[in-house]
Amino acid sequence: MALPTYDEVIAKWDPVLGLEVHVELNTKSKMFCSCATEFGAAPNTQTCPVCLALPGALPVVNEKAIESTILIGLALNCKIAPYSRFARKNYFYPDMPKNFQISQYDEPICFDGYVDVEIETDEGLKQFRIEVERVHMEEDTGKSLHVGGATGRIHGADYSLLDYNRAGIPLVEIVTKIVPGTGKYAPEVAKAYVAELRDILRGLKVSDVKMEQGSLRCDANVSLKPIGSDVLGTRSETKNVNSLRSVERAIRGEMIRHAELLNEGKKVKQETRHFQEDTGLTRSGRSKEQAEDYRYFPDPDLVPVTPATIWIEELRATLPERPSLRRKRIKEEWNVPDKEMAAMINADVLDIVEATVLLGADPTKARTWWLGEISRIANDQNIAITDLAITPKDVAELVALVASGELTDKLARQVVEGVIAGEGTPSEVVAQRGIKVVNDDGALMAAIEKVCAEQAETAEKVRGGHLPAAGALIGAVMKETKGQADAARVRKLLLGHLGQAN
Amino acid sequence: MSSLSRDDVAKLAGLARIEMTEAELLELSSQFGLILDAVARVQEMDLSGVKATSHPQPLENIARADEVLPSLSPEAALSAAPAQEDSRFRVPQILGEAE
Amino acid sequence: MIHKSAAEMAKALTNGETSSVELTQLHLDRIAAVDGDVKAFLHVDTQGALDQARSVDERRKSGEKLSPLAGIPLALKDVLAQKDVPTTAGSKILQGWLPPYDSTVVSKLKDAGIVIMGKTNMDEFAMGSSTENSGYGPTFNPWDLTRTPGGSSGGSAAAVSSFEAPLAIGSDTGGSIRQPAALTGIVGVRPTYGAVSRFGLIAYSSSLDQAGPFGRTVLDTALLHEAMAGHDPKDATSINAPVPAVVHAAKSGDVKRMKIGVIKQLQGEGYQKGVQARFDESLQVLASLGAEIVEVDCPSFEYALAAYYLIAPSECSSNLARFDAMRYGLRVGDKDGASAEAVMSATRDAGFGREVKRRIILGTYALSSGYYDAYYGSAQKIRTLIIEDYAKAFAKADVLVSPTAPTTAYKIGEKVDDPMAMYLGDVATIPVNLAGICGMSLPAGLADEDNLPVGFQIMAPAMQDQRLYQAGAALEAALLTKWGAPILSQAPALKGA
Repeated sequence: MALPTYDEVIAKWDPVLGLEVHVELNTKSKMFCSCATEFGAAPNTQTCPVCLALPGALPVVNEKAIESTILIGLALNCKIAPYSRFARKNYFYPDMPKNFQISQYDEPICFDGYVDVEIETDEGLKQFRIEVERVHMEEDTGKSLHVGGATGRIHGADYSLLDYNRAGIPLVEIVTKIVPGTGKYAPEVAKAYVAELRDILRGLKVSDVKMEQGSLRCDANVSLKPIGSDVLGTRSETKNVNSLRSVERAIRGEMIRHAELLNEGKKVKQETRHFQEDTGLTRSGRSKEQAEDYRYFPDPDLVPVTPATIWIEELRATLPERPSLRRKRIKEEWNVPDKEMAAMINADVLDIVEATVLLGADPTKARTWWLGEISRIANDQNIAITDLAITPKDVAELVALVASGELTDKLARQVVEGVIAGEGTPSEVVAQRGIKVVNDDGALMAAIEKVCAEQAETAEKVRGGHLPAAGALIGAVMKETKGQADAARVRKLLLGHLGQAN
Repeated sequence: MSSLSRDDVAKLAGLARIEMTEAELLELSSQFGLILDAVARVQEMDLSGVKATSHPQPLENIARADEVLPSLSPEAALSAAPAQEDSRFRVPQILGEAE
Repeated sequence: MIHKSAAEMAKALTNGETSSVELTQLHLDRIAAVDGDVKAFLHVDTQGALDQARSVDERRKSGEKLSPLAGIPLALKDVLAQKDVPTTAGSKILQGWLPPYDSTVVSKLKDAGIVIMGKTNMDEFAMGSSTENSGYGPTFNPWDLTRTPGGSSGGSAAAVSSFEAPLAIGSDTGGSIRQPAALTGIVGVRPTYGAVSRFGLIAYSSSLDQAGPFGRTVLDTALLHEAMAGHDPKDATSINAPVPAVVHAAKSGDVKRMKIGVIKQLQGEGYQKGVQARFDESLQVLASLGAEIVEVDCPSFEYALAAYYLIAPSECSSNLARFDAMRYGLRVGDKDGASAEAVMSATRDAGFGREVKRRIILGTYALSSGYYDAYYGSAQKIRTLIIEDYAKAFAKADVLVSPTAPTTAYKIGEKVDDPMAMYLGDVATIPVNLAGICGMSLPAGLADEDNLPVGFQIMAPAMQDQRLYQAGAALEAALLTKWGAPILSQAPALKGA
């Protein structure tokens, strides 16, 4: 039997979501020891008795990690617990040296917050409030390399190699309450939530939040219940969701998978699944039915965290502008239509456009360049816009050059290519390539006269009042001037020359 | 009289990753009865309204500055490794999946 | 020379009567002579000790100002990490492990110029009260080689008691310094929780463990206490306050007008006659010195043993999870494609002894879902009640006292198959650990029925450790006058001595 279509799924079923996001903090040292946290260091060069869990070693918590976690909690409208403790989550796994993870259990540092997201629906923009159950501190595990299996995955591997550089790096876990009522927009809402979280965290400067590098990880929980029912369905958890797009695809895929099973009267298994980037489907992982008993208890090597109210308020005062408010402000200041605003957000260029505007560029022009020509080039080269060699400063310079008449839009496009190819700043590219608008009316007239002589018939038509024919002549003049004339100027002069005022 | 059956002990041994012989399981199961009776005495007192103490000293907010200090050299870190390869700890095939 | 106190040896070093190398060599010779029978040491670091001694002698010669105990040899319980010296915690699972770092206590000893001669035997991972649970065989009591020296710091206590070292360091989680001190006729102190750094102390029960000093005199013990205690930023449970003036207190032992509280629940029935007798006599001695004896009632102490045997196994079941054959220590079963999980389980079965396994299973049970509130949760509440009882008692008395242990040293093998009987030996010492306060055991004499040492326990509030030494020194001086010589002079001579 074929998979149901998405429309078929949402006609019958109501999705319920739960999202767990792990954030790797960008502190200089680890959560419980003073080892460096540099990404990409040679294996086991950033370890010590504490993060290796040598006998006798003891943890001491990183004060910056506490501060960052409180900032995150405040930015997510959470209450900050006046008293919270670390707890040990006990289970055995080779990437976790102590065979327990220091985390927080029934006394998290932040709780009961919310994030508002806005998505485009058939009925226009709609707001959803995602409630945040808790934000707590924990530590990351080491990295394993599985050797001998076909794909480097754990199945079929002969042995594994462990690098503990990552073990002990501070992690903040953000857990939502269950999210009902998203209906067919569940995938979009989830994506918008993770994107908003990412923007908030970026604004707080507490993490690199690079999903591709693992500093922002999302686990998506999905279950379906019949529309109108109150009884929740069995959920599955999907891991390995490494991009915003994957969040959307994973949830959509899981909704379809659950629906197919339920439609056939089968049961959804409560399990962990792994998202496959290439197929957009999930693969079965560990069964969650035999839930491991983690035997949580307060960590006796650490003491309670009791942040002073004064300190919390000081931190609250440092919170940057909320991304959603910033977006609203920008929309109003620049007068951006809804659809274009959505396009900028979707293409993730808002920051870069704002940076360009702050350097003096006109907002509409800045937007046009980034969303238009530059986006096209990025897509062609299959890389992210932010990875191109062109910067907001470059684009601002470009816009200024066009505004002053030194470049036409067409010439400016050549300059963009040059900058992206690494030839330098716009001014440098202009100089090196000899790109110049032909402004000299004399030269233009010479070209115009030459073209009119060569295309006498067409010129006659224009003289006779048939203005559209001018187009071919203008084109020829442009060719004659190697594209370096200002087409508008050429048209004015040409028409004038042929006795037709503009 | 409290007790732990042989199967109960086996389950706990699994959680604690200690392989046990049948004889060990039976011995522990038989000893636990007495021990559990003794420790179950903690439930005899009226503990309603009593707060739990997990720390003898009322310390709070002990933390360290976010500074990097020298790590162990990889040689020192791996010095006691039962097996190693390419500066990594080599461990046998892992069956379970990571959390 | 080896029968002198550490303080006297220190004077001899300062006077130039002897050198640290000579002193250390004398003790190494003693170890060679008697340790075949006593078996206090797991590892004697001959070369390392002489190198340390030589270095101290050179520093002294160059006129450098040295710590009071510089150059004095010491025996270190094998529960503390010492860089590049075999450290096993008495377990086969760590056989041959060479730590790549020093525990803070060891760093402090090295800074003070104290010569660490070797690592002493102990109950595996400090779990036990007789040193019979060591993975490397038991230690024998110098007073009677057919008997245990107590535990878990039995090796350290026996080393000091048999004059193999004037000083030793142990660890005390439920009485593991005080009880062996009592059974071997020496002084042992369990400092206030948080007074001595636990960084590098191989953990058994994190909220109860503390390292502490052994000596043959109260003053020696005080000198070592001062050298090893102090705040450590690498230990989040470490107290940031100055070390109490214990040496000063030991030098000015005085109990005039001191109120001494006798704990009703820790005497009488269940205590060996000779033990009770020596305890009562010591009380009389203290009274004659001007102290006021009062009785205090600590009803929650009846439940202390039960609470301890829930809290300690729970914490240890988690602390010992790291011994999994992946990064260090023993690895067995790594063949025929065995999985990591199988290797972990096989290694832990082979490397851990019976008592350790027993406590891990008990702890796993006490923490498991459905049982937490009834067991671990309740035990932590009993702990609160014990702290409250102590607070009430200390409002009435400056120090509290009891016999250290209910019996004198028992025969090797007598209790090793009866865990409950073994656990009962800790009944008087455990409340101190649960409350996180400090306690001392010093010799009170010999029991009439077996001529074996009896210990007198003094307890003081947290961070008032100096009271232990003040009262202890007074009692020690008075008893010395009474006996005419230190109690150890009555110990039978060891073969090879």
